[in-house]
Amino acid sequence: MRDFISIKFKVWRQVSNESNGLYEEFSLEKVSIKLSLLEALDQLNEELTTKNIRPITFDHDCREGICGSCGFLINGQPHGPKRGTATCQLYMRNFKDNALIILEPWRAKSFPIIQDLSVDRNALDKLIISGGYFSTETGNSPDANSIPISPKQAFSSFETATCIGCGACVAGCKNASSSLFVAAKLAHLGQLPQGINGKKERSIKMRKQMTIEGFGQCSNNLECEAVCPKEISADWISWMNKS
Amino acid sequence: MNNFINPNLPTGEVEGAWQKTIKNLSNLTIENKNKFEIIIVGCGLSGSSAAATLAEEGFKIKLLTYHDSPRRAHSVSAQGGINAARSILDEKNKIVIDQLFQDTVLGGDFRAREASCQRLSELSSSIIDQCVSQGVPFAREYDGTLATRRFGGAVVSRTFYARGQTGQQLLYGAYQALSRQVNLGNIELFTKRDVLDLVIVNDIARGVIARNLINGNLETYKANCVVLATGGYSNVYYLSTNSLKSNATAIWRAHKRGANFANPSFTQIHPTCIPPEGIYQSKLTLMSESLRNDGRIWLPKKINSKDDPENIPEHERDYFLERQYPKYGNLVPRDVASRRAREICEKGFGIGFGGKGVYLDLQDSINRDGLEVIKAKYGNLLEMYERIVGEDPTKVPMKIYPAPHYTMGGLWVDYNLMSNIDGLFVLGEANYSVHGANRLGANALLQCLCDGYFISPKTITSWLANNKSMDNRSIDEACKEALNYVDKKVKALQKIKGEKPVDYFHRALGEIMISKCGITRNRNDLKSALEEVEILRNNFYSNLKIPETNSGLNVELEKALRVEDFFELSILMIKDAIEREESCGAHFREEYQTKEGEAKRNDELFSHIAVWKFNSDNNSHIRFSEDLNFKKINLNTRNYK
Repeated sequence: MRDFISIKFKVWRQVSNESNGLYEEFSLEKVSIKLSLLEALDQLNEELTTKNIRPITFDHDCREGICGSCGFLINGQPHGPKRGTATCQLYMRNFKDNALIILEPWRAKSFPIIQDLSVDRNALDKLIISGGYFSTETGNSPDANSIPISPKQAFSSFETATCIGCGACVAGCKNASSSLFVAAKLAHLGQLPQGINGKKERSIKMRKQMTIEGFGQCSNNLECEAVCPKEISADWISWMNKS
Repeated sequence: MNNFINPNLPTGEVEGAWQKTIKNLSNLTIENKNKFEIIIVGCGLSGSSAAATLAEEGFKIKLLTYHDSPRRAHSVSAQGGINAARSILDEKNKIVIDQLFQDTVLGGDFRAREASCQRLSELSSSIIDQCVSQGVPFAREYDGTLATRRFGGAVVSRTFYARGQTGQQLLYGAYQALSRQVNLGNIELFTKRDVLDLVIVNDIARGVIARNLINGNLETYKANCVVLATGGYSNVYYLSTNSLKSNATAIWRAHKRGANFANPSFTQIHPTCIPPEGIYQSKLTLMSESLRNDGRIWLPKKINSKDDPENIPEHERDYFLERQYPKYGNLVPRDVASRRAREICEKGFGIGFGGKGVYLDLQDSINRDGLEVIKAKYGNLLEMYERIVGEDPTKVPMKIYPAPHYTMGGLWVDYNLMSNIDGLFVLGEANYSVHGANRLGANALLQCLCDGYFISPKTITSWLANNKSMDNRSIDEACKEALNYVDKKVKALQKIKGEKPVDYFHRALGEIMISKCGITRNRNDLKSALEEVEILRNNFYSNLKIPETNSGLNVELEKALRVEDFFELSILMIKDAIEREESCGAHFREEYQTKEGEAKRNDELFSHIAVWKFNSDNNSHIRFSEDLNFKKINLNTRNYK
């Protein structure tokens, strides 16, 4: 396998949500296969900057798959071709020499475009703000060991709590539904004994907020599960609907 | 020593001193709290926890962050866990508290305040209660009680964890508590804002200037006091384990406005990270050091070897840590492991890109325990490594190298977490408090949450109770001055119109800093680093290129503003490293070591916190010191041989 490859990027370019967008093509030579896709974009952006062309805007931060900042469509797929992998963890060795890589922003009514590949995911925060928490306050907590929680219960709660809020589930759904995001939060909290009391109210508030934010109905296509970088199961949506 | 640095330490015994201090702090009625506004900058563990708690108590909070959501702050990346001194038996509580206290002070090599370390240890247990009640899904034992594990530098098991994602789970706990307060109208969120200056009115911090990252506008925020919880500055090295946007700008601007900076050169290097593979690499990913429990670290005995590791026979391998430290072997502390790796790579034995890497080999453990056992232990880590490097670590030895990870240095704060500027509080990694010259593993999350949930809400309330009045006219003038200053600074950078993108300069700065003010330091290298940084900085001001963007959003400008401050901070870090003529913790001066190559402290001259004051009249720095006294614990030397 070659250590360096050439890539052709076709990228969605849009200055702001109010302006029109278009695809632009860029060739990038001598891309090390040891780079991540975002690092290849850094390399391209340095070239563009030197040529006084506006660099491509995309979200990122931790670059280790945990902060949830990054994410766009890579050849039509949220976070690209590798299962359980956030965009920043996708490496160039997964692409062939002279490959065409098409990059587009998440497309969803609730996620207005900020610029190029960057979208406004504030609607996800609003879902949490509407009720995704316990009503405990600092300094009023009982002894942490006063309520036993079985390892199985704790782990099941943890698995849903790993959602990084990237929005891929919404982008992957043809109805742009946030059902998996909401179900994951309800399951994280609702599986713990501390969360039993407010379970119903929390669910009502968050699901109502989904409609207010313009997210669609669950399409039952399971695309959300397929594109989730944390591989959260769509079974939690049924769990949410049942409980 | 001088008199103007007053850490406001409690008098008498350090044990229980914080509870006594609280009794003497002033309070406010809930109606009065409603009248006060507080600006909090940063939404990581310390910022979010402080925002949630202060809002619950009745204050009005303005929370500023450059992230699009508070859930993304770099605390989210912390893998290992959080220390807490907890015992089911009341009579054993004092013992476990003492243990954590001792390990914190010893880990920091006696360069932190005893009273603050004691408080950290005393509060630690309540942090776990707090997090569990928020729904943090910590690992559990079969009987349903909380599970713990052992962590580097500790003999006891007291680290609480949620798989390898403890930071994420703790941050979401604080983020959810914060979200509840947003819903109740007590917190106003200002996302996508870079704080670029501090507003000081009559010597009191009363506001900040922020740049709106979406439209590029400069905005003014006013309040009764200001809290900076903006994290660390390891990105001064360009390549580090930090998130890419982590930066020093808010604390550096506060420093330029008069807040003192403590021990800037104290930076921690993590021994087990994936090494760089080429110039466009943007970060170094941390691999939990728990791998050192089952991985043997080695290099080929042959210099400049290009052979595949599988083909190097046993007798041609140098297990250099086991050779040099027969007792601790691969489990020597972080700084020792890092230094030995660097030393041997510098001699030409290193492997991989630029000869900067050593092997961490799991093969013997796999042969002993079986592949399944090793996979179960490190499953997600091994997958992460394979995703990044493209090699299966159960078949080919992993490549690792030390990387900048955490900065103990930060803005100087007193026992109440207030800087020398009245009304300016600094929390978490951004301050200099309990970690001394080297942070103990799993103490970072603990410090953030102690600062945010339990300490600052009490001390901020007390300060506000005694500083109720605001002079609105002077505030407007001060805001205008600061706004003009920032505006000029932004425009000056845009005017340069050179040829090199900002990352070019940042990479070059990082190279100087890591090679001369990183894992080890010496006077000659530090002196030449000072000159090299100055030359590079001049080049930055003449040759920087920021592209025109025809909208307010300009990522290259954001980065340039951060790198500009990293340049100034680097210079102070180097000066601080030169002045501290001893080795302590992570600060290793080659001139000051024992025969065995260990750090040699000089308690007579340097048992103090270096406190740097910026003098704006002649654009220079003055070094003061705050003496450290140890009453509960004796100054001694660590020994891992």
